[in-house]
Order: sequence, then C-alpha cells, then structure tokens
Amino acid sequence: MEYLKLIGIVIIILGFAFKLDTIAVVIVSAVATALVAGISVPDLLTLLGKSFIENRVVSLFFLTLPMIGVIERHGLKQSAVNAIQKLQNLTPGRILNLYLLIREVACAFGITLSGQVQFVRPLISPMVQAAASAKEKLTPKQIDLIKGRSAATDNFGNFYAQNLFVASGGVLLMASTMKSLGHAVEPTSIVLYSIPMAVITFIITSLYNHHFDRQFNIDRGRKSEANHD
Amino acid sequence: MTNFINNFLEVFYVLIGLIMLFAGIESFRDKENPARIGTGLFWVILAVIFAGGRILPYAVIGVLILLLGVLSLLKQIKPGNIKGIDEKVAESSAKRLGGWIFLPSVVLAILSIVIAQFTPLGGQIGIGISSVIALITAAWMTKSSAKTTYHDSERMVRSMGTAGILPQLLAMLGAVFTASGVGELTAKAISGVFPTGNHLLGVVLYCLAMAIFTMIMGNAFAAFAVITAGIGIPFVVAQGGAPVVVAAIGMTSGYCGTLLTPMAANFNSLPVALMEMKDNMGVIKQQAPIAITLLVIQIFLMYFLAF
Repeated sequence: MEYLKLIGIVIIILGFAFKLDTIAVVIVSAVATALVAGISVPDLLTLLGKSFIENRVVSLFFLTLPMIGVIERHGLKQSAVNAIQKLQNLTPGRILNLYLLIREVACAFGITLSGQVQFVRPLISPMVQAAASAKEKLTPKQIDLIKGRSAATDNFGNFYAQNLFVASGGVLLMASTMKSLGHAVEPTSIVLYSIPMAVITFIITSLYNHHFDRQFNIDRGRKSEANHD
Repeated sequence: MTNFINNFLEVFYVLIGLIMLFAGIESFRDKENPARIGTGLFWVILAVIFAGGRILPYAVIGVLILLLGVLSLLKQIKPGNIKGIDEKVAESSAKRLGGWIFLPSVVLAILSIVIAQFTPLGGQIGIGISSVIALITAAWMTKSSAKTTYHDSERMVRSMGTAGILPQLLAMLGAVFTASGVGELTAKAISGVFPTGNHLLGVVLYCLAMAIFTMIMGNAFAAFAVITAGIGIPFVVAQGGAPVVVAAIGMTSGYCGTLLTPMAANFNSLPVALMEMKDNMGVIKQQAPIAITLLVIQIFLMYFLAF
C-alpha cells in the first residue's frame, strides 16, 4: 500500500478546501505522511524539527517588518493616498492603469499595503466612478462593474509584481523549497525570471482597462469623438 | 565562506526571534484578548525556535512545532487588541516627509540586490543587512525612539499573525514530503497516465496543476510545495528544465488559480463585502479573462525559457 503515502496531499487539499485551521492542517499532513512512510515517532520529531529549522530562511521577511512598521506610523499610507489623489481628470481606464503601475512599483520595493482595504474601497473605486459618470449617471450594474474591475486591478498588480522583491515571502519560499527538492536557486535569480510576467501582466491589463472606457459615455479625447461621427 | 555565511545568518535568526519575543510579550499583556496566554505562547515558542535553532536538538523543535499545531487547533491564537497607529501623527509626518517616506523601502530593495550581486555574501545575508540598514534609516528619518520602534515591530508581527509563519511551515511540509518519497510516488502515479519526456506536455501539466490545485486550496504557496515536488521536478526539471524558471513561472501560474477561485477569500470575497457589491462573483468575473490569458502565456514562456 505504497500509495497510502499520498494521505498527506489529501489532507492538505481537503483541509484548505474546507477552510480548517491552516497551521494544524499543515502539521497534521506532515505527521501523517511521515508515519505512513514508516518513520518512527522519535525520527518523525527530528524530521519535523530539522525541516523547519532548515527552512527558517523563508521567514527572513520578518526582519523587514520593524522598518515597515516605523514608516507606516509616519504616514506611509497617507503619502500613497496623496500620490494617488493626483490622478485627476483622467478616464476610468487611465486611473486604473496608473494605479496598477503604482501598485507594481510599490510591490517591487516590498511595500505591500492591503490594497483592497486601504486604496480600492476608499479611493480607486470612487475615483473611477466619478470619472465614468462625468457625462451620464451610472447604472447600478455599471457601478458593480467598476467595483469589480478596481478590485481586480489591485489583485493583478499585487500578484504579478510581489516576486520582484527579493525579501518577499513568495520568493523566499520558492528558493527554500527548491533547495529542499535538491535544485537550489538564488532568490535574486527568481526575481530576474519574475520580471517578464510582471511586464506582460502590466501590458495586458493596461489594454484590458483601456477597453473598459467603452462601457461608459465619456469624452475619450479627439480620436474617439471622430469615430462617433 | 559557507560556514561564515551560516554563522552570520544565525545572527539574523536571533534578531527575528527577538521581534517575535516582543510580539509574545505584548500578546501576554493584552488583557482584553481571551486567548492571550495561547497567543503569547505561540510567539514565544517561535522566538525560541528561531533564536535557539542552532543549539536545540531537532527533536525538541519537533515537539515545539506540534505544540504550535495544538494551540492553533484549539483556537488559542488570536490577534487580540492591537493598538492602531495615530492618524494625526501619520498625517503630520506625511506632510513633513512627503515622498521621502518611501526611502527606507527603496534602500531595502536596492541594497539587498546590490549585496547579493556584488559581494560574496549572497542574497540571504543581503536581505538581513539591508533590513537593518533600512530600519536605521527609517528610525533616523522619523526621529523614532527605541520604545516606539519596539511597538511598531510588535504591532506588525502581531497583525501578521499565524499567516506569517505559514510559508515556512509549507516549506517544512515540502521537505517532509521529499523525505517520505511522496514526490517520486506522485511522479510514478502520473507517469502511468502521462508520459514523461515530452517537454511541452510536462510544462502544460505542471502549470495547469498549479492553477487548478490553487483554485481548490485557495493558496498558491500550499499548492507550490505539493505540486512542484510531485509534478514540477519529475516532469519539467528532471527533463532538463531550468529550476529557476520552473519555480518563478510555476508560482505565478498558481496565482492565475488564485484569481479564479472564491476560495481565495482575502482577494476575491473581501472586496465584494467591503464595497457591498451585488454580484458575489463580480471580482472573479473581471479577473477571469486576464487570468486565463496569462496562464496560456506562462505555459509558453516557461517552455521557451526553461529549455
């Protein structure tokens, strides 16, 4: 019954899917896998301890927290808000794209503020709604679309740029996991190979958001006016 | 040099232990948190593991990890009552410092790359040194005292909570899987259905598995530990694929799954609730076309860059 060893994979998939306590699910999965593989209890404890210690590097990002804490108390969020508020007199798509750019650059420097809470709801979504309703009142359906698109833009920027920061949890996890699997890679090379997707995501999302302007009756500049004739 | 680097890294693990200890002390002192004892213990145990990792026997650390699991299972770890920041101080500092507030972050990001690329110390030491220098820069710029810096540290660690330690636990799980031979077994099981050796097929299988398992689990980090061992290594890396490309693009293929699943509540359900959207799937619907396009691009990108 060699395939019993896959019990750990079953536990982790079901545990996460059913939203059970994540810490306990991961530990139970590790214990179950090792026991089924015929590892004795003392050896199991040693294996857990050794595997955890050898992966301490994944948590190196904790070292960046005091600095983020200090600048957060001294107006990190407020400065970012001030910068974003300068995005006036733009089309909905342009506001979204400039926010995407700001989000990607900030992520590359390790600034991962909770975008949905701190920027999308209080700032980006209302600004896009204001820009879209310059000529005509928005329907409830359009408002829902704007909210969804604003949240989506934040997620695109956050996901595809976070691996540009060498001390991010994701980059450190990849480096440490690859080392455990016997194929060590440097965190800085992971950053290098994360650049293409960050750029591609920016380009594709920009086109997508540019297209979004067509949903609304707004002045899109001379070119689109000519098209209306 | 390797020895020196490992000893040097140990210093940074002791520092991490120290800031976890701050979080532990303040969690114990948080009288309003019904789970203050458990939460305090959680951070103190982690502090001991980080600072004492070199001295403590592995088996003892194993027992401590099981203890963390029990605390978490019994719902004894709660963020509690974390003091927020003073909005007035933040506003006035923001006015005074302007764009300079971003300087410490820029120092951190650039300095860690510079140390990694231009010194023999490597990336990990680079992160350690530049974190310390960035903190000094931030404290100097904002004229912060030791006391406020202490509170800024414990606030950040406590608000991160158990989510902060999850990546390392997942990396541990990956190592346990490897030691137990899970990777070889899944590879054997899957190779009964899909032949190994076809580069494109291997890449498609790995990227799709990353996305699908992330959709099911709602967490790309968890999927990465499992799927890379089971599929990424045997089907792509063992066939000659570059490990760094497989890791970087494999993880972002997982993120396509995150964009498509209601299981990733923080990203896809939280905004629905925050903005009182009518359509529960409204965020995912906006993300789907991009997520699917990016997944296809990533499959080709991995294929061309890795081989």
